[in-house]
Amino acid sequence: MLMFGTVAAGPENIPPPKAKYDEDTLCVEPVEIMRRQHFEYILDHRDRTVIEGIRTKKHSLIGCIDCHITPNDEGVYARYSQETHFCASCHQFAAVRIDCFQCHADRPAEAIREALKPDQHARRPVQELLETLQFSTAVFTK
Amino acid sequence: MRDTLDTTEEISTGRRQFTQGVAALGGLAIAPGVFLYHAAGAKPDDQAVSSQQRWGMLVNTNNCHEECDACVTACNEENGVWSLGRPETDAQWIRKLNVRDRQTGHVTSMPMMCQHCEHPPCVDVCPTRASFRREDGIVLVNKHTCIGCRYCMMACPYKARSFIHEPLQDQLPHSPRGKGCVESCTLCVHKVDQGDNTTACAEACAEEGHEALLFGDLNDPESEISKRLEKYGGTQIRADLGLNTGVRYQGI
Ligand code: SF4
Ligand code: SF4
Repeated sequence: MLMFGTVAAGPENIPPPKAKYDEDTLCVEPVEIMRRQHFEYILDHRDRTVIEGIRTKKHSLIGCIDCHITPNDEGVYARYSQETHFCASCHQFAAVRIDCFQCHADRPAEAIREALKPDQHARRPVQELLETLQFSTAVFTK
Repeated sequence: MRDTLDTTEEISTGRRQFTQGVAALGGLAIAPGVFLYHAAGAKPDDQAVSSQQRWGMLVNTNNCHEECDACVTACNEENGVWSLGRPETDAQWIRKLNVRDRQTGHVTSMPMMCQHCEHPPCVDVCPTRASFRREDGIVLVNKHTCIGCRYCMMACPYKARSFIHEPLQDQLPHSPRGKGCVESCTLCVHKVDQGDNTTACAEACAEEGHEALLFGDLNDPESEISKRLEKYGGTQIRADLGLNTGVRYQGI
């Protein structure tokens, strides 16, 4: 608990979430539960979404990202490969390695669309793409 | 292509039973010809999909232009299926085929994608059940359980599936995809679930003014796709395999 408490105080340059989901609990569930068990909610929800087509936002990863990943003062959204990404900030501290963002978007749709604008599109030279990806794994080995 | 012509098979075994069910539940009719289940196109977010719908697609090859690939571009844009610069391994959810009749020289042009089979071989062979058919007929890969063995790619008679060989980035939120998994056309499942009642390829085709692609509910006798299929028929490619495909073709 102490460990998570420290992180909650965490790096100060993480942009705050878009909104309080609920005045009392702040997040979709009480904050203490979310800190320890958010992955269980997401895990449960992912099967409902993929297999049954249930698309509620409350426990969906898209919902988490939409609210928690906000732009900094310069209007830049952090990627999961950066310490200032809400998820990464805690995962790095707690030495947790996840693979969610190998497939899932680590930023809200508007940020991804921005990154995909024709000039900076994923059709960019492969070497450059690979370098970015090496960087993203490097954070975990440093 | 002659042996692909099979106009006798029922589109879905569930269809006849379902229409009978609706007739029996006549009280559900809001007005003549308007039944409550029509509202199911925009199902509530918390409701699971059901076999009341069977989503499908009708391709009218007579309207499809040889040089046009608007559907392919739209699919790539919609689902973030970007080229990594190596066509041999780039993912392909939909592709254009031009088939030339050697006798007459006539070229038939058509898009080819996952046919959303009722009896999908890709599901039969999957060792982890990652390849599955949703209740509403959409065939998907659950990438959380896909181990990348690619059996499904071998089993699919339509070469509809692609394997992702390299790390990806900047995937779109509604279209998670990544290295080590197989993927294919999702019939724009994210659009279907929000009640759009169309797909990116069908929209793009209509925008080009070609109207060669029509998306709809094969179980709903009042849907445009069912009416057209009933009136003009629709061919399954490789109907001999008995897969009862959800994608039907006209003009082949
Ligand atoms: S077309 Fe291929 S991938 Fe699609 S459902 Fe049929 S067998 Fe599976
Ligand atoms: S590649 Fe994935 S979806 Fe295809 S058969 Fe293997 S585990 Fe199943």
